Amino acid sequence: MTIAVAELRVEDKLFQNRYLVDAGRPHIKVRPHEKPSPNLIALTRVCPAKCYELNDKGQVEITADGCMECGTCRVLCEASGEIEWNYPRGGFGVLFKFG
Amino acid sequence: MIEEKFDAIVIGAGMSGNAAAYTMASRGMKVLQLERGEYPGSKNVQGAIMYADMLEKIIPDFREDAPLERHLVEQRFWMLDDTSHTGMHYRSDDFNEAKPNRYTIIRAQFDKWFSRKVREAGATVLCETTVTELAHDTRGQVIGVRTDRAGGVIFADVVVLAEGVNGLLGTRAGLREMPRPEAVALAVKEMHFLPEEVIGERFGLKGNEGCVIEAAGTISRGMTGLAFLYTNKESISLGIGCLVSDFASTMESPYALLDAFKNHPSVRPFIAGSEVKEYAAHLIPEGGYKAIPQLFGDGWVVVGDAAQLNNAVHREGSNLAMTSGRIAGEAIFQVKSRRDPMTKNNLALYKTMLDKSFVIKDLMKYKDMPALLHTNSRNFFMTYPQLMSQAAQNFMRVDGRPKIEKEKATTSAFIKARSRWGLVSDAVRLAFAWR
Ligand SMILES: Cc1cc2nc3c(=O)[nH]c(=O)nc-3n(C[C@H](O)[C@H](O)[C@H](O)COP(=O)(O)OP(=O)(O)OC[C@H]3O[C@@H](n4cnc5c(N)ncnc54)[C@H](O)[C@@H]3O)c2cc1C
Ligand code: SF4
Repeated sequence: MTIAVAELRVEDKLFQNRYLVDAGRPHIKVRPHEKPSPNLIALTRVCPAKCYELNDKGQVEITADGCMECGTCRVLCEASGEIEWNYPRGGFGVLFKFG
Repeated sequence: MIEEKFDAIVIGAGMSGNAAAYTMASRGMKVLQLERGEYPGSKNVQGAIMYADMLEKIIPDFREDAPLERHLVEQRFWMLDDTSHTGMHYRSDDFNEAKPNRYTIIRAQFDKWFSRKVREAGATVLCETTVTELAHDTRGQVIGVRTDRAGGVIFADVVVLAEGVNGLLGTRAGLREMPRPEAVALAVKEMHFLPEEVIGERFGLKGNEGCVIEAAGTISRGMTGLAFLYTNKESISLGIGCLVSDFASTMESPYALLDAFKNHPSVRPFIAGSEVKEYAAHLIPEGGYKAIPQLFGDGWVVVGDAAQLNNAVHREGSNLAMTSGRIAGEAIFQVKSRRDPMTKNNLALYKTMLDKSFVIKDLMKYKDMPALLHTNSRNFFMTYPQLMSQAAQNFMRVDGRPKIEKEKATTSAFIKARSRWGLVSDAVRLAFAWR
């Protein structure tokens, strides 16, 4: 119950932040897959910016616009090759005012 | 872009990078510092408590112009269950000293200030520049870096990797491993703004006095984690962090945990009516001594969070980062003063000096703690807080039941939940890890 309410609000949380999105050059990519691994599925819940979502074919997709560059998805899924992780180009991405 | 060769290149303008760049530049070395953010601090997140002693060793008169929020006179530790907290407060007027020991800071502002000092010391600081790769010569010596700006390699005698916990460069170059999910915590944090006087009133603080609250218990839902609430001048930093491995296995969502913490009856009154202006997420190295990677090599050293130099037990990171950065800078300066090359053998001096400092000694002291908390997280973060709360409630509620009966109930609740042997072994293991 509380979880559902909180999930609705993550977009509002991200809305408070400042971003300079590098349009058309996402810094994280998910490798095409048939069936996502448990870690990849976990990202749909664990990513603090809710960047990962399941599509209707049951595959995991990413929209990296709200990404806070924390690296959680990298630690969980880069070694297995399921995602490709880079920093955005210099100056782009999240810009914390307070941090 | 830049044709000249530098004595040193520092990657990152966080706590460790600024300390290293400042130390070297103020000794006359030719230093280039590269930072991917729009300004230093724009990518950085911290609670944040800043420890004066470690900064004083770098910039003795920092109190004159550093952006400090409040100096801490009170610390509270809370064991939380779903509706209560059992706590300890420590407050002392001794902390109202001429040169206070600990301050709260706001990282983006603090890093900008520190970076200005680095520039004033003579370093060249380039922001909006992501280093994409280390450059090596044929023998494997690091000789410089490539960036995402136009131009080729920027050369230097030595590269200081101050790239933080999520450092891509060191791991890609094979200098160290990527942190394992059980050796890093994911922390989420919000900034809650309130008028200065309201914060003073709610926490019982005068003027620039500050208070921090740290809380563990059922709030992390059985995961190894900690929540915190720090007073700044006109805002409260509030957050919670748990191990990434625990998040992955429980599938808990970090923002739901954060909201649950905000709504906890013990926390809610402190932030009532506040305006939230930022939501941030960052990793914290939690692996401790056993996770420290190789710290130096031919043409490079690694400092701060990138080297897992973070004391999770005491929630100290920025001071270990500053100290390792300073010591790396001093070691490099010594090697250079002798006109020796920046080889692995010569840069070993950095590790020798670091081993003698509180950084390694503290991490060594708690070397068994991360594993213990990790394997016992349900007991330490669910069972005990609930038992503590029941015990306190048994103690405080006056309800006509004889006291002896209530004490027996408390003891048997502990034994029932954990068994005598379990309690003893938890206590012994905790004592040994803490020792
Ligand atoms: C929520 C939270 C609360 C905390 N609370 C406390 C506290 O109260 N007290 C305390 O002492 N510590 C605390 N810490 C820990 C502390 O923040 C860190 O230990 C400290 O920031 C580490 O400093 P660093 O210089 O090693 O790394 P960072 O401060 O992370 O700096 C790394 C820098 O490198 C830059 N960078 C990375 N890669 C590149 C690249 N390829 N090219 C160019 N630039 C790059 C980044 O943009 C960044 O500026 C906390 C951490 C978190 C997340
Ligand atoms: S880096 Fe962090 S915020 Fe960005 S997509 Fe990965 S988990 Fe989400």
